[in-house]
Amino acid sequence: MSKRIHVSTTVNGDEADFLCDPRETLLDCLRDHLGVMGVKEGCGTGDCGACSVTLDGRLVCSCLVLGVEAEGKEVGTVEGMAAGEVLHPLQRKFIEHAALQCGICTPGILVAAKTLLERNPDPTETELRYWLAGNLCRCTGYDKIIRAVMDAAAEMREAS
Amino acid sequence: MPKDSGIGASSKRREDVRFLTGTGNYTDDINLNGQAYVHFLRSDVAHGRLNKVDTSVAAEMPGVVRIFTGADFEGVGGLPCGWQVTDKHGNPMQEPAHPVLAQGKVRHVGDPIAAVVAETAAQARNAAEAIELDIEELPAVIDMKEAVKEGATKVHDDLESNLCYDWGFVEENKAAVDEAFEKAAHVTTLELVNQRLVANPMEPRVAVGDYNRATGDSTLYTTSQNPHVIRLLMGAFVLGIPEHKLRVVAPDVGGGFGSKIFHYAEEAFCTFAAKALARPVKWTSSRSEAFISDAHGRDHVTKIELALDADNNFTALRTDTYANMGAYLSTFAPSVPTWLHGTLMAGNYKTPLIYVNVKAVFTNTVAVDAYRGAGRPEATFQLERVIDKAARELGVDPVALRRQNFITEFPYATPVAVEYDTGDYNATMDKLLEMVDRDGFEARAAESAKSGKLRGFGVNTYIEACGIAPSALVGQLGARAGLYESATVRVNATGGLVVMTGSHSHGQGHETAFPQVVADMIGISEDMVEVVHGDTANTPMGMGTYGSRSLAVGGSAIVRATEKIINKAKKIAAHLMEASEGDIELKDGQFTVAGTDKSVAWGDVTLAAYVPHNYPLEEIEPGLEETAFYDPANFTYPAGAYACEVEVDPDTGKVTICSFAAADDFGNVVNPMIVEGQVHGGLAQGIGQALLEGAVYDDNGQLLSASYMDYAMPRADDLPSFQVDHSCATPCTHNPLGVKGCGEAGAIGSPPAVVNAVVDALQRGGHNVTHIDMPLSPGRVWQAMNG
Repeated sequence: MSKRIHVSTTVNGDEADFLCDPRETLLDCLRDHLGVMGVKEGCGTGDCGACSVTLDGRLVCSCLVLGVEAEGKEVGTVEGMAAGEVLHPLQRKFIEHAALQCGICTPGILVAAKTLLERNPDPTETELRYWLAGNLCRCTGYDKIIRAVMDAAAEMREAS
Repeated sequence: MPKDSGIGASSKRREDVRFLTGTGNYTDDINLNGQAYVHFLRSDVAHGRLNKVDTSVAAEMPGVVRIFTGADFEGVGGLPCGWQVTDKHGNPMQEPAHPVLAQGKVRHVGDPIAAVVAETAAQARNAAEAIELDIEELPAVIDMKEAVKEGATKVHDDLESNLCYDWGFVEENKAAVDEAFEKAAHVTTLELVNQRLVANPMEPRVAVGDYNRATGDSTLYTTSQNPHVIRLLMGAFVLGIPEHKLRVVAPDVGGGFGSKIFHYAEEAFCTFAAKALARPVKWTSSRSEAFISDAHGRDHVTKIELALDADNNFTALRTDTYANMGAYLSTFAPSVPTWLHGTLMAGNYKTPLIYVNVKAVFTNTVAVDAYRGAGRPEATFQLERVIDKAARELGVDPVALRRQNFITEFPYATPVAVEYDTGDYNATMDKLLEMVDRDGFEARAAESAKSGKLRGFGVNTYIEACGIAPSALVGQLGARAGLYESATVRVNATGGLVVMTGSHSHGQGHETAFPQVVADMIGISEDMVEVVHGDTANTPMGMGTYGSRSLAVGGSAIVRATEKIINKAKKIAAHLMEASEGDIELKDGQFTVAGTDKSVAWGDVTLAAYVPHNYPLEEIEPGLEETAFYDPANFTYPAGAYACEVEVDPDTGKVTICSFAAADDFGNVVNPMIVEGQVHGGLAQGIGQALLEGAVYDDNGQLLSASYMDYAMPRADDLPSFQVDHSCATPCTHNPLGVKGCGEAGAIGSPPAVVNAVVDALQRGGHNVTHIDMPLSPGRVWQAMNG
């Protein structure tokens, strides 16, 4: 095994340090070294989006990023979306519309949708469907996900 | 008025908060102290003789705990098959051995040869690469029709041939069916492929085995749809562990769609290795591994013929199907092309004579078993395609031809051994046509034509048989299991309830829907009811979740157990109010004495049950906990009508779904919001099959579509919004909730609508295309249009 590397990063606003093999993915580091279990592995090849996180605000597949690349950066995961007990509007709307079933793809979809709305608070359905095309969901057929995100976007626009 | 709680209300899913905040507890989230990791070395050839598996170098690699091979499993049972089909001559199917790790031969790409247990997953992977294999490659048998030819290479040397069974159904009808074809005014014939699919739940399979040296107890955490079935199969048939020393836990499970019903080698291995090493052993499948080790679905090649008289009445139906079993028999594989397929060939139609022939074939491919719909999508697809083709040949409206032949009187005994209890196929068709504005189609087609697109409209019906039962019947049909469901309802002293169910939720929302039923029956808040599932240690022996059975069978068990609770609670209430038991009524959580103003609350009665100071101890025991096992009298028969409108780009062959509508009859509905989601998900998988998905093997048995780059899953931009309706309800007549099941309908009913629509578009565009095999990729559609 190669020498472990010390990584100092920020996860959902909290400082975090871990030691990792330089070949370990950010996904594995989050799950195995930091206990951030909301990040899921669906394919390990960047095709399904279940492991989506933000790295300095940029949407990435954490299975395609090395853990050491998180050095000095800010990582955002689903665990950072709710403010304590208060759910993010996207999370609330996902419940209202039943926009999830088994839940395994949901963290990645939430992170992806949140990133879109930060850049484009008023997406069209087509824009939203293209944006979320990187996130596979096998349960819902996407319909309710699209409704929930559009609804959350409308509410967030009104609130801002 | 929509209800706001109880049966019929769209109660919000209580499981969602944990999934939305990253706090679900899936199997891969379970890490046990001291756990080791396993990596399976799998065959990269489809067929070969295993001359040598040399682990000596690998065993010395860093971190390796132990390497297991097939030799370690000699004397251990193989993976059992749970269904024995009898062939048309009355003989049992050919049933090969299925070792946990390959012994002597490898039979498909992905067949596990050795298992490396190491301190880390990376070390296990590294060491697996150092195992030296000597495999003498043999010719691979991939094509089913080639596989059953005289002299074909055998997948299993000890079997007579690659034919698992040749099934005729109903064999006694065959002569009459053939005669009807001779007399027919018109015969429509269609040869088609129902392609191989991969279920692809987004959570790959995971198994964690654990062993307690002090007690001798084994525990398996696994991504399963039916932990009790796994405990029974693995304990009794593979490892020889009695059930009281074996616990199987299926916690939050990230989708299954059938592929997590079956007992897999990796489960048995992790349980076995944990005991051998006296430490936890964990396996997490990669997606690549999932493609070559999860059981696949469908893979039928069919010729179907429909006979009609001069008035366009269906007079007979004859089918000839080759069904791929893969290299081994997965748990329920033999039942899928037979009892879940042949019995549905009547569809929604009163065809009096039907004969179904199915040849199940072994090939050097991954095992094929139930995938969402399991046999019923294959039946529906061929039937609804041949009817559409017949309508075009006869120049009649496809809707009118269907209506003319609909079954309209119930109960209806089909010529393929099942009895539909209830239904109204005209009602769902009427509703469907109202939803899709068929009259406006020509205008929409003209609009599409302006941008050079061909527009098409496709329609079909479907029927399915859910909640497969009763146990006595399925036993006669070859099932080596019962198909009841169980529930224990435990009432606590302060009035709250826990429902322990043998059903298993892996996305279906049981934690929300089951409390709606119980709360409604007692008249209390849903919040007072909690559901426990997925752990053999704290749920009664149950058969799990598949075949759209959970509400129809599992829900019925919950109703029966709750009825027992209410009966006992009424006895206690009668005692407390010094009244006769027969006069006690329960409404809104209050027990009253008919005709008086006496009442006691639900909580008073439950408290009395556990603090029995003033209690009829001479008549009944203290406590309030009841168990019921429900074995249904019949299947349930959800049915419906689906329509699809497509645009085809003639320059590229690309098909775009413009709209999709589904009118379903699910009987009574407990949670409309959940039902809608189930239909949406099924539609996405059915449309995925129609347009995108397909598992493809080359002639050497290499799976060419073994990643998400090669296996096209439906994505958000591939699908439209769906129109769904389930208002045409004819409640099931034989279960207490009048429910039918909704989990598979969308996947069963949607593929023919899409293909019918594409054929319609092409024919309207002047192309003489009568059929295109799925998936209708741009290449295939373009090819069909351009000869």
